Amino acid sequence: MENAAHLDESRDPLLIAEEWMKSGRDVAIATVVETWGSAPRPTGSCLVIDSDGNFQGSVSGGCVEGAVIAEAADVIESGKPRMLEFGVADETAWRVGLSCGGRIRVYVERLG
Amino acid sequence: MDPYQLKKLNAERRARRAAVLVTDLGDGRDRLVCEGDAVAGELGTAIAEAFRTGASGVVEAEGRSFFLNAHLPQPRLVVIGAVHISQALAPMAQVAGYPLEIIDPRTAFATPERFPDVALHAEWPEDALKVHPLDSYTALAALTHDPKIDDFALKAALEAGCFYVGALGSRKTHAKRVERLMAMGVPAERIDTIFSPIGIDIGAASPAEIAVAVLAQVIRAFRSRDTARQPKGQAA
Repeated sequence: MENAAHLDESRDPLLIAEEWMKSGRDVAIATVVETWGSAPRPTGSCLVIDSDGNFQGSVSGGCVEGAVIAEAADVIESGKPRMLEFGVADETAWRVGLSCGGRIRVYVERLG
Repeated sequence: MDPYQLKKLNAERRARRAAVLVTDLGDGRDRLVCEGDAVAGELGTAIAEAFRTGASGVVEAEGRSFFLNAHLPQPRLVVIGAVHISQALAPMAQVAGYPLEIIDPRTAFATPERFPDVALHAEWPEDALKVHPLDSYTALAALTHDPKIDDFALKAALEAGCFYVGALGSRKTHAKRVERLMAMGVPAERIDTIFSPIGIDIGAASPAEIAVAVLAQVIRAFRSRDTARQPKGQAA
């Protein structure tokens, strides 16, 4: 039986980030650093993205991943970390669909 | 993120050791703090809290803003004995977020019919614990009453620095157990940490109620564990 006490090698975003880095891919890591209200994923959740837009993990229930992936491309290019904020009061959030009533801040940084 | 810090973090996570990744949100610099590492000041206090609770978050310290990402191993519960209490404890522990494994060499007890959807090892603890070693993020509850099955596992749990070690039995049964463990060379101060009679005192009578009392005791031990000390499981 699968034991949840051990890491899931095939789906764990931080293990995947290390694998991608070893194989020479440019990688960004997006992390939920703050949440307010009913956020779908807890603080500390990660999404890893490569320069081709491949991704693993999640920072929301799929609501804002598209926007984060787009920002990650710039972060990989520039190397400068960026803080993103999504919420119902935010027009972008409406557009990308974080309509659950919560707000989240996501920190996007390049690996290396 | 610094690739070296990521490698180090993943190595700690694979080894089931706790670590807190500290990111300075001002300049993007990060560093990994492992359990037992000393960090001074306000930041150190916040890091100690992150180790204790497992909660991640932004903290203001020394006039700067830091994100603390707490990576704690999933706590797990190893039960010695595929007994009636274990049947009630298995689903409760899973729901509470403590994945559970049961070890019992008595194949009449350790059957999938009695324990559906449970990681069940119908082996002696001597063999099962070789494959699935104990560590400081593991709780062990010995529930067979049978010294032949319980004693080795209790000794192994105390040596591995399990965050909780409990043993079923009356005070009289436990007094005899203490003598046996002493004879096996386990230091008295370690033996003293065994919870016996097992479970918090809620007047539990039925097997299911005893399971509640045990699970509550495991959770309390985990949430109040002393994170400042070096995990006992790391032998020098």
